[in-house]
Amino acid sequence: MTDLLVWPILLPLLASLLALVFPRRGDWIGGMASLAVLISAAWLVHSVWDNGVIAVALGGWQPGLGIALRADGLSSVLLLMVAIVALTIGIYATRYFDNAVVRARFWPLWLLLLAALNALLLSGDVFNLYVTLELVGLTAVALGALGGSRDAIVAALRYLTIGLLGSMAFLAGVVVLYAAYGTLDMVALASVVEDRPATWVALMLMTLGLLVKSALFPMHFWLPPAHANAPAPVSAALSALVVKVAFYLVLRLWLDVFTVALHPATAWMLGLLGAVAVLWGSYRALRAPRLKLLAAYSTVAQLGYLFLFLPLLAGLPDGPAREAAFGAVVLFALTHGFAKSALFLGAGVIQQRAGHDRIEELGGTARALPVTTFVLALSGIALIGLPPSGTFLAKWQLLAAAVETGQWVWIPVVAVGSLLAGAYVFRVLGHAFAPGDRDGSALAAGREELPALALALVATVVLGLAAGGLWGFLDFAAMSPGGAR
Amino acid sequence: MLATTIIYGFAGICLFVLGLRGVLLHTTALARILALNVCGAGVFLLFVVLAYRGAGMTPDPVPHALVLTGIVVAVSATALALALARRLREIDHD
Repeated sequence: MTDLLVWPILLPLLASLLALVFPRRGDWIGGMASLAVLISAAWLVHSVWDNGVIAVALGGWQPGLGIALRADGLSSVLLLMVAIVALTIGIYATRYFDNAVVRARFWPLWLLLLAALNALLLSGDVFNLYVTLELVGLTAVALGALGGSRDAIVAALRYLTIGLLGSMAFLAGVVVLYAAYGTLDMVALASVVEDRPATWVALMLMTLGLLVKSALFPMHFWLPPAHANAPAPVSAALSALVVKVAFYLVLRLWLDVFTVALHPATAWMLGLLGAVAVLWGSYRALRAPRLKLLAAYSTVAQLGYLFLFLPLLAGLPDGPAREAAFGAVVLFALTHGFAKSALFLGAGVIQQRAGHDRIEELGGTARALPVTTFVLALSGIALIGLPPSGTFLAKWQLLAAAVETGQWVWIPVVAVGSLLAGAYVFRVLGHAFAPGDRDGSALAAGREELPALALALVATVVLGLAAGGLWGFLDFAAMSPGGAR
Repeated sequence: MLATTIIYGFAGICLFVLGLRGVLLHTTALARILALNVCGAGVFLLFVVLAYRGAGMTPDPVPHALVLTGIVVAVSATALALALARRLREIDHD
């Protein structure tokens, strides 16, 4: 049964090598591997649901020396999200890359990114988090540069430089942790960690690194050019998955491993940065001239919301209210993952059909590409946080927690952020529905438009209506202080 | 023993900060990549200091294993950065 943990990492890794050896069979290898990863992720979620936390020490080497893999509610549910989004993006990619050379380069890197994401989510020790964080970063940069334009390469180089600085800071934090506690295993750390200066220094370094990686304001500047200039399937993965796993680490470190060192002041600072990110990102999205740039700035804003939850979680005592808030932050992250990948895939369809993605010139899109316009609207609903999307429930919980803890300051931030999101979504839709001189195309667009539609439907309908189970699944006990299982 | 640890540890921190400064202040790609490596060397030196347990004692093997992994990662990252920088030069010279 513990083998379950190995497959989500091993399958894409092997497939990546296969795709490198057989470049012409990339579509087939990638599709099969993505499907297999999805099955193994679903199986893992099922098994965690039945048995609780699953852990394995690879090769029988005990933690401390060996590589420990762990899956709990939080990591397995994110793993499932990654697997679903990756499969749909993969299906779209078979249509997107019409150049055989680029497509042959895409698959090995893409599968490697998938393996790295899964390894990060399943990692049980802090040093492996550094390694997987680097693997995610390197493959993401290489994928981002796939387009080959000058802008894409400049953005990729900047992304790489900033990302490497972030991982260096994270690694320096790992050194301090090892010096202070002599272990890097997260379960062991959670039980020995104390509230003292060495912990603060380590946490500060690691958090700084992760803030760069998760593009929290003011460290967000690398994100819009990198995400807007990558090929559409890659942008979707960068925005939906890559920044999300960095946030997962923030959540994991602060709420699972170093709970004792989480001071309200620190959480407030992160929350304030998140609030600025919400407002600034939404404002820039509203002013963005291009659809993909809009989507990238909207990612900056949506990540800001995730950080708003930290001061609330720090302020709530253990109990149902905190469980509700914790479930909400995960639901927010999941919904954004699906909605943003849908939006980027939709933008990709428009960019390829129209030859550009300038918002002002989208006139006629609604008639030419009705399915894709529907996708834009659906993912817009999730980005604004209208019912029945998952974001609506999450924002509801966010406001409830703000009232509960008396942290009223976040309420106007959420209100203004949502209004700005409404404005930028309707700006796009307004132009898309405007009359234009585009030819109408066939409705059945198959592999080109349906993946985005599926993702948008999950974000707006499935996660909104069936989110109840998520709270039970996350099993707050697994996140209690000291990591008691 | 303590003095040695402090000297090397301090050197590691200095390298880290120097590298950081270089990455943030330089504008040319090559200078930044080199600065990143200086920064990384600082962190790796800290790992080496950590492994030292005094004269005549066997060093702690775990930091050594970690630093080797770290160096491999740093080399690949540098290779990718150099490849991107070279591609950029090619585009600019065409």
